[in-house]
Amino acid sequence: MNATMGRYRAVTGHRLFWPAAVLVVMLAANTIYRPGFLSIELKDGHLYGSPIDILRLSAPLILVALGMTLVISTGGIDLSVGSVCAISGAIACMYISKQSDQNSLAVVLTALAMALGVALVLGAWNGVLVAVIGIQPIIATLILMVAGRGLAQLITQGQIITINSEPFRAIGLGHLLTLPLAIFIALAAALLVAAFTRRTALGMIVESVGGNAEASRLAGIRSGRVIFLAYVLSAACAAIAGFMMTANVSSADGNAVGLWVELDAILAVVIGGTSLAGGRFFLSGTIIGALIIQTLTTTVYAMDISPQTSLLFKAVVVIAVCLIQAPAFRARFVRRRRNVATPNAIADKPKEQVPA
Amino acid sequence: MTTGSLTAGRARFRLPRRQIPVLATLALLLVMYGIGVSQYTAFSNVQVIFNVFIDNGFLLVVAIGMTFVILTGGIDLSVGSVVAMTAMVSAWLLQEGLPAALVLVIALLIGPTLGLLMGCAIHFFEIQPFIVTLAGMFFARGMCTFISGSSIPITDGFWTRMSQERIGDPRGNFVSISVLIAFVVVLVAAYTLAYTRLGRNVYAIGGNPQSALLMGLPVGRTRIAVYTISGLCSAIGGILLSFYTLSGAPLIAVGMELDVIAAVVIGGTVLTGGSGYVFGTVLGVLVLGVIQTLITFDGSLNSWWTKIVIGGLLFAFILLQRLIGIRYK
Repeated sequence: MNATMGRYRAVTGHRLFWPAAVLVVMLAANTIYRPGFLSIELKDGHLYGSPIDILRLSAPLILVALGMTLVISTGGIDLSVGSVCAISGAIACMYISKQSDQNSLAVVLTALAMALGVALVLGAWNGVLVAVIGIQPIIATLILMVAGRGLAQLITQGQIITINSEPFRAIGLGHLLTLPLAIFIALAAALLVAAFTRRTALGMIVESVGGNAEASRLAGIRSGRVIFLAYVLSAACAAIAGFMMTANVSSADGNAVGLWVELDAILAVVIGGTSLAGGRFFLSGTIIGALIIQTLTTTVYAMDISPQTSLLFKAVVVIAVCLIQAPAFRARFVRRRRNVATPNAIADKPKEQVPA
Repeated sequence: MTTGSLTAGRARFRLPRRQIPVLATLALLLVMYGIGVSQYTAFSNVQVIFNVFIDNGFLLVVAIGMTFVILTGGIDLSVGSVVAMTAMVSAWLLQEGLPAALVLVIALLIGPTLGLLMGCAIHFFEIQPFIVTLAGMFFARGMCTFISGSSIPITDGFWTRMSQERIGDPRGNFVSISVLIAFVVVLVAAYTLAYTRLGRNVYAIGGNPQSALLMGLPVGRTRIAVYTISGLCSAIGGILLSFYTLSGAPLIAVGMELDVIAAVVIGGTVLTGGSGYVFGTVLGVLVLGVIQTLITFDGSLNSWWTKIVIGGLLFAFILLQRLIGIRYK
C-alpha cells in the first residue's frame, strides 16, 4: 500500500507528469472526436497524418522555445523573437527574389547565411543591452520587438515578397526519410542544445547565473558573457524558425511572420515547468509544451472553430497548467486533503518575484 | 534648523532625480512640436494638438491604468484585448436592442471583473503577472471573435451623439467628449496616486514589496486593486474607442499593449516600479501622438517608420533612466 502510494507520488510529482498528461488527454479527446485522428498513411514515400502535421507545424515553435528556455533560465525574457523571425525571413526572401536563378543552392545558402548573420547581430544587441548596460530584459527586448516589425517592413518595403525557390521551400515542406525535414531540424537543434547544456557544465552555469547572477560572478563565472550568449542563441533559433515559417508559404510578410510567436514560446517554456524567475530549465518540458500548444491549435482547427476563438481555449489551458504547477495552489489543495505537502512542492517554492 | 535650511538650499539647485525622465520627455515633446511647426505651416494650428488628443484619448486612458500596474512593478498585457472586448460587447448588446445606459454599465463592469480575477490569480496563487495577463489577453481576444467574426456597426443615438458632439470655440477648434472623459480620468488618477492611501501603497509596493509587507501595508489588496483599476481603465478606453470608431471589431487594438507600455516608459515610469507620474504618462502618449502626426504630415514616410522611431525612443529613454540610476546609486 505504502509502496504503491510512494510510486504514485513519484509519478505524479515528476515535473513532466502534468504537461505530458495534458498532451495525452488532448490527443485522446481528439481521437474520440475524430477516430481517424491518430492514423498515419504512406503516400509517395512520405508519411501523412495529423500527428505528423502537428510535429511539422510545431517545429518553428520548438526552435523559438528552445532559445527562450535558455534566456528564461538566466532570469531574462526575450520578447523580440517574433520580430527576429520576421526580419530573417524577410532578408532571406529579399535576397533570393533578387537573384536570377532562385533554385540555385548557393543562392539559398548565401541568403540563409546573411539572414542568420543579421539575426546574430540583433541577438548581440539584445545581449549587450541586458548584460552590459543592465536594462531589464523585458524592456530591452521590447525595443527590438517594436522596432523589429518596422525594420522587417522596411526590408520588404511593406510588400509581401513571394519567391519560387525549391531549396528554400524544402526547409519548411521538404521530406527526409519519409518525415518532414522541419522535424529533423528542430530535433537536431534540441539535441545540440541538450548536449551542450546537459553533457557539459554549461547548463549548470546557466542555471547558477539565473539563480543569482552576482553570486555566480563572485564564484568565478562570467555571468555577463553567459547571459549575452543566451540572447544570441535565442536570436539564432528564432532566425531558423523564421526561415521555416517563410518557407512554409514561400513568401515573406513583415507584418505576419512570427506574430505572437514570442507569447507562444514563453507559454511553451512555462508549461514545460521552467520558472520565469530563472535558475532552472527543462528542455524536454519545453518541447512537450510546444507540442501541447500546436496540438491545441490543430484541434481547434479540426473542430471548425475560428482561429481567433482558439485563443479562448489557449487561455483556459494556460491558466489550468499554471494553476496546477503553482506551488501556492498545490499547497492549498494538498492542505485541504489533510496531506503533507509533497517534497516537490517544497522544492518548487518560488523565488522572490522578479519584476516582470 | 541648519540641516533644514541646507536641504532646502540644495533642492533649489538640483533637479529632483525622479523628475528628470519626465522633464526629458517634456523637452522631447517641445522639440518635436517645434520641428513640426518649423517644417509645416499647418502644424501650428491649435486643432493639430486637439486632434492628437482626439485620436489618442482612449490610449491615454488605458495608459493611465497601465501606469498603476507598472508602478507596483507588475505588467498588464491584457489591456489591448480588453479594450477590444469592451467595444465588441457594447456594439453587440446595442445591436440586440438593450438601452444605452444598461449597455454602458455592463461594458464598464466586464473589464474590472477580469482585472480583479487576474489580480487574485497573481496574488493568491503567486503566478507571474506576465503569464496571468497573457492568459487574460488570449481570453478577451477569443471572446471578441466568439461574439462575432466580423465588425458590428453601432447606430445607437447616444453613441452617435457622443461621437459627433464637438466642444469648441467660435474659431472652429474643437475637442470630442472622449477627450474630456480622458482628462477626468487623468485628474482622478493623479489625485489618487498623489494624495490617497491607495496611491502611497502603490508606490511603496513598487519600491519594495517586502518592506511594504513588513510595514503592515495591505500588499495583497493593493496589488489586486491595481489590476482592477487597469481593467476599469481598459473598459473606459474601450467605450471611448467605440465612440471614436462607432463600431466593435474583433481585431481592433491588436498590439495596443505595446504602445501603452511604450507610452508609460517614455513618460518616465520605471519598469521595476516605485517611480513615475501620471503626468509623465500623459506626455508619453502625446509623444507617440505627435510622432504619428509628424509622419502623416510628411507624407513620404511610411507607417513602419512609426514603429522604428518608437523603438528608438524607447531605447533612448531606458538608457536615460539607467544612466540616472547609475549616477545616483
